[in-house]
Amino acid sequence: MTSAEGIQVFSGDLTIRSLPDLKAVFDRLDGPEVTLSLAELSHFDTAGAYALETLRLRLEQGGGSLVYRDVQPDHQALIERVAQAMPKPEASQKGQMSLTDLLEVVGRAVAGSGRFLLEILAMLGVFLARLFMFLRYPGQFRLTALVHHCDQVGWKAVPIVALMSFLIGVVLAFQGSVQLRQFGAEIFVVDLIAISILRELGILLTAIIVAGLTASSFTAAIGSMKMREEIDAMQTLAIDPATVLFVPRILALLITLPILGLIANVAGLFGGAIMSWIELGISPGMFLTRLLEDTSPRHVMVGFVKAPVFALIIGIIGCHAGMGVAGNAESLGRQTSSAVVRSIFAVIVAAALFSVFFALMEI
Amino acid sequence: MAADPVIRLRGIRNQFGAAVVHDNLDLDLYRGEVLGVVGGSGTGKSVLLRCIAGLRPPQAGRIEIFGQDALGCSEAARREIDARMGVMFQDGALFSSLTVRENVEVPMQNIRGLDAGLRRELADLKISMSGLPYAAGDKYPSELSGGMRKRAGLARALALDPEIVFLDEPTAGLDPIGASAFDELIKALSETLGLTVFLVTHDLDTLHATCDRIAVLAENRVMYTGTMADMLHVEHPWVHEYFHGPRARAAVATRERTD
Repeated sequence: MTSAEGIQVFSGDLTIRSLPDLKAVFDRLDGPEVTLSLAELSHFDTAGAYALETLRLRLEQGGGSLVYRDVQPDHQALIERVAQAMPKPEASQKGQMSLTDLLEVVGRAVAGSGRFLLEILAMLGVFLARLFMFLRYPGQFRLTALVHHCDQVGWKAVPIVALMSFLIGVVLAFQGSVQLRQFGAEIFVVDLIAISILRELGILLTAIIVAGLTASSFTAAIGSMKMREEIDAMQTLAIDPATVLFVPRILALLITLPILGLIANVAGLFGGAIMSWIELGISPGMFLTRLLEDTSPRHVMVGFVKAPVFALIIGIIGCHAGMGVAGNAESLGRQTSSAVVRSIFAVIVAAALFSVFFALMEI
Repeated sequence: MAADPVIRLRGIRNQFGAAVVHDNLDLDLYRGEVLGVVGGSGTGKSVLLRCIAGLRPPQAGRIEIFGQDALGCSEAARREIDARMGVMFQDGALFSSLTVRENVEVPMQNIRGLDAGLRRELADLKISMSGLPYAAGDKYPSELSGGMRKRAGLARALALDPEIVFLDEPTAGLDPIGASAFDELIKALSETLGLTVFLVTHDLDTLHATCDRIAVLAENRVMYTGTMADMLHVEHPWVHEYFHGPRARAAVATRERTD
């Protein structure tokens, strides 16, 4: 930028790349009337035109003006185009949050969770209704789908469930032996392992693992079908999505979760027995005798009663989250992770309620 | 229009397994023109676009962009070439985790010394030049309609004032009013910004409204190039059917009414 006889002569490039250096030069220009010659301008782009236009607006705001001299026609066209398209910021509404806004947020959250519970209940109702329908019309039942989902949900989860439960048994035996040895009551480690695994941990941890594996896959499968409008297509073809999609999945969970729980119980006791043998010298034979003599079968029953409830919770939350997917991929991801979090949370809440209930009933 | 090819393709060969898409394909793109590329489904229009944009190297042939060998050059030189080109993908291909404004800012982040405030202002300018309202800048791509996503995709492609813009089916999936508004936008931007446009389309109205020259892909190569008027005299059965079919006649009729 050179100045001659009151005319500012700009030479060189005025583009997005040179703009950062030139901004200071433009900011310094001031006066009632600035005349700018663009005859020696070489490269020019929209960013450059934007700089000139902001300069003109700034000068005009101060009562001055900007006059161009020797502008090439294509540069002129670009300046006019940019002047026409200058963004006009709209005042944003983001202000301080008032008390009513806060109340509104709280209210919406409460109403939202109430609605969520209602929707879950509705889903349960639909599931039960379809199940009874199958009792009347067994021909409509999709056995192939059920077997497929049992394979997906149950069989594929066996290794991870067994390994996890085995390790839990090991940990319980080890921790229990350290504490019980102080009282010379090592043999009670068998009761400790048996009761905690059979009553609580076996089925609860299985449900948590299955919630992570299965609720997410239900949501992803149903959600991606929802996204591609497959579920809408089903409805227009008079196919009931609940019959085809939800019932086989939830039923598969109802069948396989107790079996997985049984596997977890066995693996947990096995891990506990091995660790007791190594740490405390309780032989497997003694472990077994003690287990059979002292542990009442009702502990096993208390454990297994919970399995169908957990299965329903996981299946229904997974399918419900899948139906909540909107038309884009982000919502699929959001719903999948929320299905896992919600189902694990709900399983633990249910386990706590069961505990309180059984304690009150003295079972 | 000067006879100054900014892109020269010679002997391009593209194939997927045994399926040959292009064989010995030649094409020139001249500075400042809007070239419409047409062809039946599966003739490799989008493959050709991806090939020139550097997303898919051809099996054989030579690509010269701005007079440089774009296939044999160093990576740095290729990046330099890429910075002078912009691509608008079919559905905008906006980054879904960023707002429209942030999307447009992405290419500007490589400019040294450009501070965040100025970058934001320039992004707003690009958004406004693409015909989107100011408020669209704060929205996420999932909140926009298909036509707005395409405009936002165009704003991002134009962020650095490229010399060549590739547009992949810019009007596909738009309603007729949105499509013709988009055609006018392309025409206006190419005139004022001096853009060279490589436009893949099926839309005869777009060809009429925006293109200076048309290239027809058929039989694995560029069969014909020429203006719209030239195309009407081509004897090749597919080309004849394309430019004389009922839809083509309707497009010509509309054109004549509005002109």
